[in-house]
Formats: sequence, C-alpha cells, structure tokens
Amino acid sequence: MTEDDGRMTDDYRLTTADKSIDICVESLSFTYPAGIEALHQVSLHIAAGESLALIGQNGAGKTTLVKHLNGLLKPTAGSVRIADWDTRHRSVAQLARQVGYVFQNPDDQLFKPTVLAEVMFGPQNLGWEAGRVSDQARAALLMVGLSQAASRHPYDLSPSERKRVAMAAILAMDTPVIILDEPTTGQDFSGVRLVGQIVDALIAQGKTVITITHDIDFCAEHFERVVVMAGGRLLIEGSSRVVLSQAEILAQTYVEPPQLIRLASRLEMEWMPLTVDEFIKHLPGN
Amino acid sequence: MISLQHVTYTYPGTISPALRDVSLAIPAGQFCALIGANGAGKSTLAYTLAGFVPHFYHGKLTGEVTLAGKPTRLTPLNELVLSVGLIFQNPFNQISGTKFTVREEIAFGLENLGMPRPEMQVRVAATMALLGIEDLADRSPLALSGGQMQRVAIASVLAMRPKVLVLDEPTSQLDPIGSREVFSAVRALMAQENMTVVMIEHKLEWVAVFADRVVALAEGMIVADGTAAEILTDETLLGKGIGQTRYTQAARQARQLGRWPGTRPLPVILEQAVQGFSKFKDEGSRMKDR
Repeated sequence: MTEDDGRMTDDYRLTTADKSIDICVESLSFTYPAGIEALHQVSLHIAAGESLALIGQNGAGKTTLVKHLNGLLKPTAGSVRIADWDTRHRSVAQLARQVGYVFQNPDDQLFKPTVLAEVMFGPQNLGWEAGRVSDQARAALLMVGLSQAASRHPYDLSPSERKRVAMAAILAMDTPVIILDEPTTGQDFSGVRLVGQIVDALIAQGKTVITITHDIDFCAEHFERVVVMAGGRLLIEGSSRVVLSQAEILAQTYVEPPQLIRLASRLEMEWMPLTVDEFIKHLPGN
Repeated sequence: MISLQHVTYTYPGTISPALRDVSLAIPAGQFCALIGANGAGKSTLAYTLAGFVPHFYHGKLTGEVTLAGKPTRLTPLNELVLSVGLIFQNPFNQISGTKFTVREEIAFGLENLGMPRPEMQVRVAATMALLGIEDLADRSPLALSGGQMQRVAIASVLAMRPKVLVLDEPTSQLDPIGSREVFSAVRALMAQENMTVVMIEHKLEWVAVFADRVVALAEGMIVADGTAAEILTDETLLGKGIGQTRYTQAARQARQLGRWPGTRPLPVILEQAVQGFSKFKDEGSRMKDR
C-alpha cells in the first residue's frame, strides 16, 4: 500500500508534515441553542501559509467563527472545509491534528501537574514516539521562553506565563494551522514582543496563523490580512494596510486604526505605515 | 487620600517580598496609573492600598498604609469597602453569581447598604448609561461575553460611587473603542464625584491620555513617578519592562536621523506627535509645490 493510499483510508494519518491546508468557509451561519444568531452567511477562504487577524467589537462573532475551524462548533447552515474535510463529518480530535487552537483563557486548557507534562500531552495523543514528543515539547517551551519552568506546576506560574504554557501545548503538536485567541491579553511589554516573535517564526515556517485580537497595533505589525467582523457578519476584509486605514468602517465595530496609521492620516501621508520603520521611511521630505 | 510609608510586604509561604519599601501619597481627585512588567508588584500594591492586604491576603506587612484617613491595618475590611471599590482583572471574579439580571447585579452592592429602592433604580440606570450597557439590563450576568461581563463588573463597583476606585487592567477584554469609553466614563465620574482613581493598565496610549500621574514599578519597587510625558519617554525604563507608545518609538527613531528636533520633548499621545511631525509635513509639501 502506498502512503497516499494510507491517507485515503485512515484520516488520522493525514500527516502534519502536509502543510497545504486550505480553509474554506462558505455561507456559514450559526445560531446558539438559546436562539441568538452569532454568524450570518460568512464566507472566507484562507490559503495555506496566510497570516490573518480577525478584529471587531465584543460579540461580533470572532470566537464563534474560529471555533468552527477546529470543529468545536458545527455549522447551522453553510459549510466549513479544512483541506478536503467537511468539519461536520470530523471529530474535534481529528481536526486537532490540523488546526491547533490556543484558547483566550489558559485555565480552560491546562490540567497537568507539570508544565512539561502539559506540553507533552498533545503530542502524546498524536501517537508520536517518545523521543519526538519530548523534542517537540522542549522546542515549544523554548519558543515561548519557559524552558526553565518545565518541571513546575502550571498553577504556580503567573497568569501571563500560564498563557504561554497553553500556547506551547498547542505549538508542540506542530499543526499546519494555528489559532491564537487574544494572545496578547494580560501580557506586558516584553510579553507582547515575545508573542509577536512567535507569530513571525510560525509564519516563516510556512504555517497558517489566525488570530483574534483587540490589539490593533500588534495586528498591524504581524499580520498580512485582516478580516473585520460586526454583528456576526464580515464587514470588510483585505490587506492590513488597506483595511486598517478605513477609520469610518472600523468605527462601526468599535475599532480604531493603529497608532501609526492615525498619525500618518493626520499628517496626510500618502503611504499608510504598519511599522515604525515604514513610518520613518515614508515621512515627507525623505 | 491614600498614603503608603515604607511598605514592605511578603505573601504567605514566599521568601522574597512582593513590595519593597514603597512610599507613595495619592491626593484626592487624582488619576494615578500603575505600570510595569508582570510580576513587578502592581496588583499587590493595588490590593495593599485597598486594604485587601493584610485583611484578605495575610503574610508579612511592615510600614504604614492609610486610606481616607484610616490606617488599613486597624480598620476592618467591611468598613474599608465603604470608601474603596476594587475592580479585579478577571471580571468573572466580580460577578456575584446569585443574580438573574445585569440590573440586579449592579444593584447588589447598593441593596446591601440598604439604599431606598427609588434612589437605587436611579443610580443603577445612570451607571448603566455611563458605561453604555443599558441594552444588557435584562440579560443574565453569567451569559455575557468577556467584554460585556467586564463592563458589568465595572458598573457594579461604580454604582457604589466609592471615594477611591482601584482597577486592575479593567479593559483587558474590551474592544478598542470600548476601552476608551470605560476610561472616559471613569474620568467623567471623577469630575462629578471627586473620586480618586488608581489603575493598573498596559494600554499606554490611554494611560497617557487619561492619567494625571504615572507610577512605574519593577521588582516590587517604585522606579519612576511623574507625568505620562516624563515616564513614558524615559529611555532608562525600557530595560525594566516599561513600554512606550508607537508615537514615542517613531519620534525617538526620527530624532536619531535628525527628523525630530533634539530639544523637543518626545510625544506620548497622538496630538503631540502630530504637532512635532507637522514640521516635516510642511517641508514635504513645500518641496512638492516646487
């Protein structure tokens, strides 16, 4: 039997080395059991290797949308496809091999007695051999700056450190798609910088990185594409530079352009900068 | 209104102090922001000046803390809470869990104080309007999004009209304009009630716009104390985990290239940056005209 045949007959073996995972959301609507329609006919295609930020006011449907990408929620109408899988016909355990989801609140996710055990738990479930599990877990802890904390209890760490443990636990599974729900919340200045470096590194590895964030400056500096949501619908989407310059549209969903774009607009600059370097480069008079 | 003198505090079961020889006086009506890296002692300082240390968190406290003229060590917490409202970082910790609607949740504290019903209804309605959550009045406090719950938690404390309001990252889960509205609401109430505010906040742009004073902490000590313009442009603090706004970063980088006047203070808010950089905008358009 060829390897390809193996994949066809047993979806668990769709290997994580396969990075060409496209995500296709078509006319997705979702109504919570209480009757609140949280998503209304949302369509979105995310190509493998893209970096995408979902922004919008509280209650816009951002978290509801990403919970469809790893099958935690199933569509009320429309469909979500991960590569050629329809999420409706897949378990969360199957989808978790393709889509890693770091929750907003780490305490929803952590339950093991040591940081290392916590981070090894996911890879162990993937059935990897012990050496690979341990290597991946240690690499993930190094990435989030917590190598020194490997043998500590997660609850002896600060909330911002626990948040990074939760991130490492997902990174260790080496999924082609990673979702980060509000990764900078509660992180201080250097913590936010570290999260930015992690995002850049994941993108450089060719992974698809999707984030939900209220930190618009962080979004501008690290994500190429922005999707703006309001009231369960897509309001506007496109490149960060174009979308984050639309102050009037953003205001409809309680978002403001990032600091540097607000400054550049007031200075009537023609180029809307996403980073300090870009701002300096395009200052008039250069 | 608040005074700490040579305060050192060590949590139970730990060896190294979370606060080291902290002295700080905050006058009535001041909006004081506490900034610093995680683990620097910001929350501990907030709990200490509100009397939760030593009444709720025990451990070893030395030095003197007074709140509204009362030494916190000798005043029971149920008396202190009449003057001070504390808003926790995680709004879930603030919600009573015993009320069926947001309106009742916000009225909960006032009810406990025995406020007459008509007065209570007026107060609750005014507080909901201030925070823009009138539409949530009949919802269950436990079935809200993180951001909505955060606003309800803030409203439930603001409804008490405390003399001193202590907020620990009150907008961590709010959308950007929602955050600014909370700061505006707090500022409006300060003017109205001469309230004193101590706020822990990482969103430095709003610290710079709204706070009268910025106190920076590192390793349990106060490392800087002044206006936002002074503290948030202090290069020596960058290595201590104190951040800066993009306006300051951009101007600092421009200054190295001779594009921001060496004598002009670095900007911390948008307006200051616009003024400073406008000089170059004018030069640019003059060049284009030629």
